[in-house]
Amino acid sequence: MSWSDKEPMISVRNVHKSFGDFEVLKGVSFDVMKGEVICIIGPSGSGKSTLIRCINALNDINEGSILVEGLEVNDPKLNKLELRKKVGMVFQQYNLFPHKTALENVMMAPIRVLKEDKKEVETRARALIKKVRLEGKENAYPGELSGGQQQRVAIARSLAMKPDVMLFDEVTAALDPETVGEVLVTIKELAEEGMTCILVTHEMGFAREVADQVYFTDQGLIVEHGPPATFFENAKDPRTRQFLSQIL
Amino acid sequence: MELVYEWFRELYQTTGINLPFIYDSYDRGRLIDGFLTTVELSLICLFFSVVIGIIGAWLQGSSFTWTRRIVNGYIQLFRNTPPLVQLYFFYFAIGSMLPRVETEWGGQAPMLGSFAWAVISLSFFAGAFNVEIFRSGIEAVPKSTVEAAESLGFSRFQIYRDVTLPLAIRVVLPSLNNNLVNLVKTTTLAYAIAVPEMLYESAQIWSDNVNVPEMMIFLLIAYFVLVGILVWGMNRWERALKIPGFGS
Ligand SMILES: Nc1ncnc2c1ncn2[C@@H]1O[C@H](COP(=O)(O)OP(=O)(O)O)[C@@H](O)[C@H]1O
Ligand SMILES: [Mg+2]
Repeated sequence: MSWSDKEPMISVRNVHKSFGDFEVLKGVSFDVMKGEVICIIGPSGSGKSTLIRCINALNDINEGSILVEGLEVNDPKLNKLELRKKVGMVFQQYNLFPHKTALENVMMAPIRVLKEDKKEVETRARALIKKVRLEGKENAYPGELSGGQQQRVAIARSLAMKPDVMLFDEVTAALDPETVGEVLVTIKELAEEGMTCILVTHEMGFAREVADQVYFTDQGLIVEHGPPATFFENAKDPRTRQFLSQIL
Repeated sequence: MELVYEWFRELYQTTGINLPFIYDSYDRGRLIDGFLTTVELSLICLFFSVVIGIIGAWLQGSSFTWTRRIVNGYIQLFRNTPPLVQLYFFYFAIGSMLPRVETEWGGQAPMLGSFAWAVISLSFFAGAFNVEIFRSGIEAVPKSTVEAAESLGFSRFQIYRDVTLPLAIRVVLPSLNNNLVNLVKTTTLAYAIAVPEMLYESAQIWSDNVNVPEMMIFLLIAYFVLVGILVWGMNRWERALKIPGFGS
């Protein structure tokens, strides 16, 4: 399927998702253009994680469609590898491979999944570790790193697959306050380099700084969205305003 | 050497403690053969039982109901019946159903000898426990770690080989250790189908020399040492697999 970067890189249409009888997503639609950074905010349990997990097929959807560069995520014949080469994901709990060093964590997928040459991958992995400011920690195991350092390894690990879009699910929520900053700096640099990003976050200051669009979700629906300036100053919906007043 | 043999002959004449497997070259020969057969049988069964454990645990994660049922049936059958009965079943029931083959001297011989049947029977016996052991280790691997691998494009098999299994092995080494020790001890059952292992050869010696107590003490010491070597090896392996900052 052909996709040009004039069209949305990601197109989410009327997505419904239930766990058993419980409908978590009740018809969500939005688009993300190449190079755009969007932030999703909303109360806990409103379906933010579920939504971004659907984008890389960690969850399937019951209804609607999700196109990633023209690839239909909801297609039963979908080649998941094709999708996952395009989409990188970083989790709240880092989820590094604990039996592999930082460098090995970054190198593993390109070597195993993409079957790339080990030497080339190592050069790239070392550069990525440097980029996330972890030079000198190449041979440390995840258990020897702080949360913030682990999370930056996780970002490097994802970038090693050269994704076109990065998904971040509350990646600073589990961190000590003093290490939140270093992870946000890394993400911000990525965004400034033009990486397409979808971020679920509770860091409002950060969202205001990096986002092109902010989406507010509540009970499985997108309540409203807009560029950060408008969104944070002039939220229209009372639910958004209430949420913002609690969190700011 | 002759001096040592002479000393043990003396010992027999003066005290009645008879250790012919030291001073008598024929008895020495058969006991060494028996010892080597026990070591060989143990090593081959250890290997195959671990392979069965690894493959069985993989099959238990299959999405085909029947595959899982067959594996579970196998485990139940081998866990809940005596290993001696299993051995007889393989050797006498299945062994007699197999066609006989021509030997090089034109005679007739069973397709599989008693040693081969002991390997098959004991490997499946210990393998059934190993499947359960590996399964428990796999269940201890956090789902989120597996999802991280999935999101990097790893296939189910690659996840098992590169992530789940290496982590599971570290968790289950103590129980694996236990089961393998049991396996080495259980190789003595092969005596019952006349595999010329250590117990069998010892029995030959004591019926020729009427030195049952001496042989019994020898056997206890020999198995104690064999199992000790295995435990020592497993502990070294456990240390080699230790990851800084992981587990306790
Ligand atoms: N695998 C699952 N099975 C059942 N319920 C789930 C599952 N994942 C999420 N949920 C439920 O879906 C709702 C939305 O969850 P989630 O997407 O994690 O929300 P958020 O990330 O906005 O906090 C929650 O009520 C949660 O309990
Ligand atoms: Mg969440």
